[in-house]
Amino acid sequence: MSETTLYVLQQLINGLTIGSTYALIAIGYTMVYGIIGMINFAHGEVYMIGTYTAFITIIGLLTMGVGSLPIILLLALVTAVIISSTYGYAIERVAYRPLRGGPRLIPLITAIGMSIFLQNYIRLAQGSRDLAMPALISGGIQFGDPEVFEVSLSWMQLIIWGVTLVSMTALALFISRSRLGRACRACAQDLKMTNLLGIDTNRIIALTFVIGAALAAVAGVLLGLYYGTINPYIGFMAGLKAFTAAVLGGIGSIPGAMLGGLILGVTEAMTAAFFPSEYKDVVAFSLLVLILLFRPTGLLGKPDVEKV
Amino acid sequence: MQRALFPALFAAGVTFLLTCLVIGVRLQQDGPTLTVVGADAETWGWIGFAVVAVFLFQLFQQPLSAFKQRLPTPDLAALLPNEPLRRRLRPWLIALVVVGLFVWPFLVSRGAVDLATLTLIYVMLGLGLNIVVGFAGLLDLGYVAFYAVGAYTYALLSEYFGLSFWVCLPLAGLLAATFGCLLGFPVLRLRGDYLAIVTLGFGEIIRILLNNWTQVTGGPNGIGGIDKPTLFGLEFNRRAGEGSQTFHEFFGISYDSSHKVIFLYLVAVLLVLFTVYVINRIQRMPIGRAWEALREDEIACRSLGLNPTVIKLSAFTLGASFAGFAGCFFAARQGFISPESFTFIESAIILAIVVLGGMGSQLGVILAAIAMTILPELAREFQEYRMLMFGGVMVLMMLWRPQGLLPMKRPHLELKTS
Repeated sequence: MSETTLYVLQQLINGLTIGSTYALIAIGYTMVYGIIGMINFAHGEVYMIGTYTAFITIIGLLTMGVGSLPIILLLALVTAVIISSTYGYAIERVAYRPLRGGPRLIPLITAIGMSIFLQNYIRLAQGSRDLAMPALISGGIQFGDPEVFEVSLSWMQLIIWGVTLVSMTALALFISRSRLGRACRACAQDLKMTNLLGIDTNRIIALTFVIGAALAAVAGVLLGLYYGTINPYIGFMAGLKAFTAAVLGGIGSIPGAMLGGLILGVTEAMTAAFFPSEYKDVVAFSLLVLILLFRPTGLLGKPDVEKV
Repeated sequence: MQRALFPALFAAGVTFLLTCLVIGVRLQQDGPTLTVVGADAETWGWIGFAVVAVFLFQLFQQPLSAFKQRLPTPDLAALLPNEPLRRRLRPWLIALVVVGLFVWPFLVSRGAVDLATLTLIYVMLGLGLNIVVGFAGLLDLGYVAFYAVGAYTYALLSEYFGLSFWVCLPLAGLLAATFGCLLGFPVLRLRGDYLAIVTLGFGEIIRILLNNWTQVTGGPNGIGGIDKPTLFGLEFNRRAGEGSQTFHEFFGISYDSSHKVIFLYLVAVLLVLFTVYVINRIQRMPIGRAWEALREDEIACRSLGLNPTVIKLSAFTLGASFAGFAGCFFAARQGFISPESFTFIESAIILAIVVLGGMGSQLGVILAAIAMTILPELAREFQEYRMLMFGGVMVLMMLWRPQGLLPMKRPHLELKTS
């Protein structure tokens, strides 16, 4: 294989890694939008809080002398999911529920306020500097021609793929098979009718926020371990990227969010490969603008008809 | 009480989960190693206090809200003089404020005048964004992009072509308006929340471009040494540049650096008065009415034969042009600009000003801009909590008073049937 092919393959691997975490965060946007039609702007901050919790748990366990890697990872994942879900629930309860049924612009402004609030809350509590952690999981597989270009697939990337796959499958099963999942789908179709049929829609909406936050926390743990550094501002960019992914796939559609995340991740990695890497954010935003202009329903979304 | 016990316990548990790990434990970086330290006893005391407070509040929520309902609501409107008197007093009041604005800087310290100039920039930005968000109901999260366009227009034109502030000011407004029009034309077809995200993306794109187009904009290093405005060609420096004269030489007074500060302030006052006047007039014109009508009900507007795209575009363009003016003045005042000054946070601050003041209300926006810039300066400890406060204010305002502190009053006539 030629050098370019191998190089592109390497970028594809990197892109799929980042893309699968975008997909995890994008689920939160898309599910909330599908049910109550609002953009939960504070979702990126929930992801950031998940990363912080994971770091705290991992460092705490290491200090206590717990050496087993699987236990550390599992506990970090569980703590991050619990704390982030609580945040997701609390945000919905405090900032969005009292405004339900009002004009569309108002919850969006609240969400922006919430996002700024949470970001600065973490900044004040944990400091604004970058925090770096030594890599817990190193090594990986190398293949390709060592003399031309060596493609590496690290264990961490494999773990990211695996965990994403498991979480996505679990979500798909939950939505399609369980009673609560059926209630979620019913709410997405018609909130008022579902309520008339005796389903507590407030609980279902809270549940969507919790599920979205939990998946964002999973992404937070994975990306935190992958990059090894965190600061209170990572949520903003990650949130925007994930939102782009959700729109790309068609907002409101769960398979769309997964697809959108992967496409966005690969596009970004390819841009970074052939252009100065600063422009990868520009490409992501331009992609967002172009989709919204030419195909606002995204790849897999349904058209949204405004009723009088 | 018993029925409230379980929700209260639940709420207290949630509060504990929200605070315990994030506030109660702190990550600390010592060189390459990261450690966790528990917070001090005082912080844990506060966490405990918060948990107990939430528990008690939830437990006694019903008696509390019943008590609140029995409290009489004060009628603030009754305190104001009645309508005809107010109408008669109004021109005098406005004249008094304007005269005060011009006299005041000669009586106070340099720092106060400088702060007032900064406040006036925010007033102008708030008023400009108010057209877009308040009147037309379009949530623009990338407003700072037009501010940046205005600032960079002046900085670049004065650096490369030596144009003066007064030539660049209309150019900056025009260019920002053009940008607004170019962006607005495609995106204004989108629904409200998509529009917000696209404008946010646009703001970020502008910032990233300014940051990376190093040959022209200087990249992250920014542009320095931008000329200050002149008074009909009179400079405010100690020594005049080639072929010009300084202010103090012309009038034969000794040099004082506060002249420059006061002059900048007066320019800002003029710009703000111009902004207020123009917006006030436009608001009463058919186009201004159309903005508000469109905000209330787009479908009804369409069926009455209004063209939503043109109306939205005019609001967007006009709002952008005021940001351009403000940006041009900002560049002149600072003398140095870099992409750092035009981040999303800046957009959020301007939005918070509009939201706090009451969307659509000019007086409210002016007061909010003053409060938002001066409060953090008054108490230095506030600086640290400034953004936290802004975020909190945005949430609380939307929950309790979505119409803002001073909501807009529509001029209306009542039919009296005796």
